[in-house]
Amino acid sequence: MSDDVMSLSASEIAADVRSGKRSALSVARASLAAIAAKDGPGALGAFLTVDAEGALAAARTVDDALAAERAKGTSEATLAERFALAGVSVAVKDAFTTRGLRTTCASKMLEAYVPPYDAHVVGRLRERGAVIVGKTNMDEFAMGSSTENSAFYPAKNPWDTTRTPGGSSGGSAVAVSARLSHLSLGSDTGGSVRQPAALTGIVGFKPSYGRVSRYGLIAFASSLDTVSPFAANVRDAELIHSAIAGHDPHDATCVDRPVDRADFSRGAKAIEGVRIGVPKEYFAEGMDPAVGASIREALAKLERAGAKLVELSMPHTSYGIAAYYVLAPAECSSNLARFDGVRYGLRKGADKGSIDELYGRTREAGFGPEVKRRILLGTFALSEGYYDAFYGKAQKVRTLIRQDFDRAFEHVDVIATPTSPVPAWKLGERTSDPLAMYLADVCTLPASLAGLPALSLPTGTVRSGDAGSALPVGLQLVGRAFEEPALFETAYAVESLLGTLRCP
Amino acid sequence: MTDSNRRIDVQKVAALARLELSTNEVATMQPQLARVLDYIATLDELDTADVAPTSHVVAVRAPLAEDKAVEGLPREEALAQAPAKADGQFAVPRFVEG
Repeated sequence: MSDDVMSLSASEIAADVRSGKRSALSVARASLAAIAAKDGPGALGAFLTVDAEGALAAARTVDDALAAERAKGTSEATLAERFALAGVSVAVKDAFTTRGLRTTCASKMLEAYVPPYDAHVVGRLRERGAVIVGKTNMDEFAMGSSTENSAFYPAKNPWDTTRTPGGSSGGSAVAVSARLSHLSLGSDTGGSVRQPAALTGIVGFKPSYGRVSRYGLIAFASSLDTVSPFAANVRDAELIHSAIAGHDPHDATCVDRPVDRADFSRGAKAIEGVRIGVPKEYFAEGMDPAVGASIREALAKLERAGAKLVELSMPHTSYGIAAYYVLAPAECSSNLARFDGVRYGLRKGADKGSIDELYGRTREAGFGPEVKRRILLGTFALSEGYYDAFYGKAQKVRTLIRQDFDRAFEHVDVIATPTSPVPAWKLGERTSDPLAMYLADVCTLPASLAGLPALSLPTGTVRSGDAGSALPVGLQLVGRAFEEPALFETAYAVESLLGTLRCP
Repeated sequence: MTDSNRRIDVQKVAALARLELSTNEVATMQPQLARVLDYIATLDELDTADVAPTSHVVAVRAPLAEDKAVEGLPREEALAQAPAKADGQFAVPRFVEG
């Protein structure tokens, strides 16, 4: 019973709840039952906090509000807009503040932190009738690519629980992939939503930088952070994105432009005549041959359906890793300076009598190894005498990477690449080698540095190397800045041709 | 810039970051960070003499807020998560500058 409800799309759920065919309460119960049956620290490890009480209360509020609107005779169209996510269960990455609900960022630093305010996008979800079922696991402060840097427990890939779901938004990816919630929210700074979407066989969407408010998203790298959702299909991703996008005066980098909806009426035909750029640098060394074959096969299918494939060169692609691993740690070292044991969060060493010992001990005890590495790297890159050689240089290389995209978009409408060069790897395989973990981000970093919208969707599954189980492969589509509707329409056509995946 | 100028002194940088580290952590991180910095040095292969830096991808003209008083977080709520407080304020160990 609960499995059936969890198999429905978010748009079907919302339509059913608006029409009264199904109650928000029954949907919340189905999601909570799925979580109780499949999740837990020793199981999938998707959630850090499940808010059963809050979810049931929110669902009742939605049901009551809709009953009142129906009694008033409010039109279907008005309800469809105001209650776009009526009764839809949503899991939220534990990097977003939720008023009255513990928000840890998967760090001991915030283990007991209960925020006094909602992130802007959390408020928008509630306003649109969504029901937040809990907070999901992640790499500590969103730093990592496997969710193994969680201070509490790792998340596991539902396709093969000996493997990683990717990261840093791994818990939110697992929630949708295992159908524990209909939608989820993650944050994507360098690929933290697109890569786990690829590794778990679902859709992950990163908007243009500045399209969605970051207010209440605990900051990692402020010039790169984006609020990015996961969904089981492209239309659901567009549904949640349009519910949360748009201006917010609390985020000075959030642009004041109208949010246009995608038009999916052309279906698979929307691929006809689309010029798809295929940059050769994304198919370079280090890529699993099975992943390459899956992507090539998908592209050939799109070509047969009427797309035009255009071979491209984007020569600065591989430098994205080095540039990113200067810029992101530099920004993180500054952002994480706020964790000082004074205003909220963990406090250690106050008994030693000096404020510097209070800072030093608090940060030693509160941060895990990867966060410490990045703070050190960033502090070094910004320290006196090194700024030009590291931060300044990386900002210039960021310009070169943007120019690669600008030139490509003179000839093509969308750029297609693998999302991750490899399918899900074994838990523990890369944890002792930070650089190997960073290199896994090669395909997603350039679009982040250029601030462009990008989406990952599954091409199918592969059995590669040591893998006994079938593992999903993701195709990344990168669009022009602020042209999200066109990207969604192309992605929907691609999905119509390739199909969606369902975790066995 | 020569390699020796780029070598990271983990202990010194940790002090700048107000981050205490155990001897073990220093021993593990020193070579890890050195490897990452070696990798980052590949940026030097690119000639960027005539390239302008990108600090932000969206040219944002910082919007001005309306000149109107708004309620802040009530003091009690702001202090509710403080690990130590005294007289309605955050409490810290005594420190004297200079």
